[in-house]
Amino acid sequence: MRLALILIGGILFGAGLAISGMTDPTKVIGFLDFLGAWDPALAFVMGGALATFGLGLFILKKTGLRIAHTDLPDTSSEPISKRMLIGSAIFGIGWGLGGFCPGPALANVTTLHPAVMIFLPIMMLGMWAATKKSTP
Amino acid sequence: MIEPLIGGCLIGLGSLIAMAASGKIPGISGVIAKVITPVAKTDVLWRIVFLAGLVAGAFLVFQISPATQRFTIPGGRVLITVGIAAFLVGYGARVGGGCTSGHGVCGIGAGAKDAICYTCVFMATGALTVFLWNLFTKTGGLAG
Repeated sequence: MRLALILIGGILFGAGLAISGMTDPTKVIGFLDFLGAWDPALAFVMGGALATFGLGLFILKKTGLRIAHTDLPDTSSEPISKRMLIGSAIFGIGWGLGGFCPGPALANVTTLHPAVMIFLPIMMLGMWAATKKSTP
Repeated sequence: MIEPLIGGCLIGLGSLIAMAASGKIPGISGVIAKVITPVAKTDVLWRIVFLAGLVAGAFLVFQISPATQRFTIPGGRVLITVGIAAFLVGYGARVGGGCTSGHGVCGIGAGAKDAICYTCVFMATGALTVFLWNLFTKTGGLAG
């Protein structure tokens, strides 16, 4: 039950990425190109996602409804850390350089496009390097 | 702009269901990273199931509507650029504690101030990178 719901969640997420057009890195770069030929599509994606997620979370919290006796994770804000600010800045540079963030890159894996096949393993290497560094 | 809005709603709903069922924040970079370097043996299977669903969901849409398979490398980028970008994305997302989905959708959607802050930072450095790239490679505007 729990895993089936998680699978459905993943399917909806992946379908959403493909329908929204965000699996095309040029669309992502078009959004980040505020001073050029700006493409607002990603703002609509974020808007739709935030509205749905935010409203759903609000309802879950209000009604106390729980799935498979699972408690909701702690989503409260933590103090801003300098390390995480730097990490986010680095992430943004990579995002602007390639036009990929992790979700759309993975969603493209079945297309076997060379850029995706290069991106995914190197991204994982970067994740591994970051984890290595933080756990001496 | 109706497809981006519908797609966004599905992303939000998928994240919500995965969060409620797993009890974890299902940001894609965190989900992938903790498959590579697990924190606990019991914490891996749901992540693989979620990622498999993501791949399957996109594949399904690609098959039903081939136009959604549109994939163009942004102006002036070569495969080496993509490789460098990939390392920065993976490394930065882990050090930064999340990516577009973890901070951008789940964090902001939950009203977390830290997530809003980190999202603003990566949007800003992303936009600045695109600006500088276009400036120095002259591939801006409608190229690509």
